[in-house]
Amino acid sequence: MDDYQFLEDDFEFVGDKQDINIDAVLPSKPFIKDVWDRFKSNKGALIGGILILIIIFMAFIGPLVVDYAFDAVETSQQSMAPRIPFLENIGILNGKGGIRLYEGDLANIYHFFGTDHLGRDLWVRVWEGTRISLFVAASAVLIDIFIGMVYGLISGFFGGVVDNVMQRIQEIINSIPTLVILTLLIIVMKPSLYTIIIALMITGWIGMARITRAQVLKIKEEEFILASRTLGASDFFIIFKAILPNIFGQLITMSMFSIPNAIFYEAFLAFVGLGIPAPQASLGTLINDGFNTILVTPYMVIIPTIVLAILMLSFNLMADGLRDALDPTMKEM
Amino acid sequence: MNKSTIKYIAKRVLMAVVTLLLIILLLFALLKLMPGSPFDVEKLNPSVIAQLEAKYGLNKPVFEQFFNYLKGMITGDFGISLKIAKGMEVSSLVGPRIGISFAIGLAAAGFGALIGVALGIVAALHKNTFWDTFATIIAVIGVSIPSFVFALVLLLIFGVKLNILPILYNINDPIRSAILPTLALSVGAIANVARFTRTEMIEVMKSDYILLAEAKGLDRKTVIFKHAIRNTLIPVITVLAPIIINLMTGSMVIEKICSIPGLGSLLVGAIQGNDCYVVMAVAFLYSLLYVIMMLVVDILYGIIDPRIRVSKED
Repeated sequence: MDDYQFLEDDFEFVGDKQDINIDAVLPSKPFIKDVWDRFKSNKGALIGGILILIIIFMAFIGPLVVDYAFDAVETSQQSMAPRIPFLENIGILNGKGGIRLYEGDLANIYHFFGTDHLGRDLWVRVWEGTRISLFVAASAVLIDIFIGMVYGLISGFFGGVVDNVMQRIQEIINSIPTLVILTLLIIVMKPSLYTIIIALMITGWIGMARITRAQVLKIKEEEFILASRTLGASDFFIIFKAILPNIFGQLITMSMFSIPNAIFYEAFLAFVGLGIPAPQASLGTLINDGFNTILVTPYMVIIPTIVLAILMLSFNLMADGLRDALDPTMKEM
Repeated sequence: MNKSTIKYIAKRVLMAVVTLLLIILLLFALLKLMPGSPFDVEKLNPSVIAQLEAKYGLNKPVFEQFFNYLKGMITGDFGISLKIAKGMEVSSLVGPRIGISFAIGLAAAGFGALIGVALGIVAALHKNTFWDTFATIIAVIGVSIPSFVFALVLLLIFGVKLNILPILYNINDPIRSAILPTLALSVGAIANVARFTRTEMIEVMKSDYILLAEAKGLDRKTVIFKHAIRNTLIPVITVLAPIIINLMTGSMVIEKICSIPGLGSLLVGAIQGNDCYVVMAVAFLYSLLYVIMMLVVDILYGIIDPRIRVSKED
């Protein structure tokens, strides 16, 4: 070994395989601007956000630009295929393929997304349905945040026996599959806009409570809480002024992830026949109604499905971006 | 197995049993709360209704009814279908359907896990390249778009346009009929697994023991297959939970779309036909499956990775 002659390529330099980080000189900026800058740099999140805004805008404006009512049954215009001005000239969405055709008296009318089997205009119904789906999801999630926050705060902040009991309850509720609770609740309460919101709420708050509790447990041990306590702050003050502002980021992210989930469960309920009763429609009931005639008039399913898919995808993309923007250190939730 | 492992397992099992009892109680309570009685037909006069109630034990005190119900659930006697298959025992209605649902669910989970792990590992090893972006896009789409959308798309493409796979489930051709629903169901699993595997694998590749393995001069193949992948796969067990939930909710809708005679479509039919005993039975079976899977995941994970056991004990 002593007389071994080292060659030049005996060793290879490890350092150049690893990333060399150069500290960027960052100007100080307020938190909100910081978050916005990080959010902006995430292309997917930005696109998601814009798509959500467009869909929300359409959900409100869409039904107003045409002259049809969402529940106006028109038997002479049953199951007409989508027809959109200008686009019809280049051969797509030209109104061909439906059961009733754009002929005779109907030659000059336009149903942008076609009509359903009762002759109701689907453009209006899709956007109305989007609005209802969004309303259901948003209200369920808002109530979820509230309940989950209170539950998680109490459980995490006071700890001990209270925490133990609350955690066991939560664990047991969590181990019953959502779809079972959801279907049974709706069967008992009869499907309607508000019972669906209530059922979604009952099943959705657990996630919020878990995140809140985990955050509270983490923050509770930090120095600034100790400082606050030493200065004589009450529990009330610590919870609302010291802990809550620090977990808002997580709650917002979590609610963004919950919205597409709620939209999905609403659609799921509609699909198993427990959707919002007619003549009102949600994206789920539209897909379900259209599905009965999918082989004849596939557009009745395709259009609401596309809107639903874009909506869920956008919310997920935005939630991803928001999570990274609000807390770059947190990777997975 | 040492004492703490046994204690941990006992605790988990106890918890699962309590949960199941609670679920049965919940089901029973909802059954009682359900509007209308099963014999809500105008033709029946009160004496006939009383006779029917006596026959099905509905005239006994609620407590006794509950214990009868509990006994039935445990022994597999789920009562009698009152609407969709008049007079048929629910257990014989459910029996043949479990196999079909289970086979498709299992195939979807297996296929999803395989592709997901492969995708996640490829993405992690080629971080920030085309493959990584590709895997991320697949994962995001798979996580956020519900499986019935994929089922519809696949059905329209392969069933209607290309006409190479059956649109409706054909009992005589179960394998070809199961391809579309299995594919559609597995997308969610692929996405979940790929996403998780990628993050785990990146963490593992950064760890000291991989650096040591490389420093020892092992070739890349050995490092990846013998050291990295093994350690990556352990935590992937935890995604089993969301995958099972996905598969269960997904299967209900997909079985309806592809008209598969499985548990999900039975439940949908029973809900629409207002057949409470069938709904209860299927809901119970779903819960049972879920609770058992959770228990298995928990115990497996506690045995493989003792750190989890320690943190769950306090």
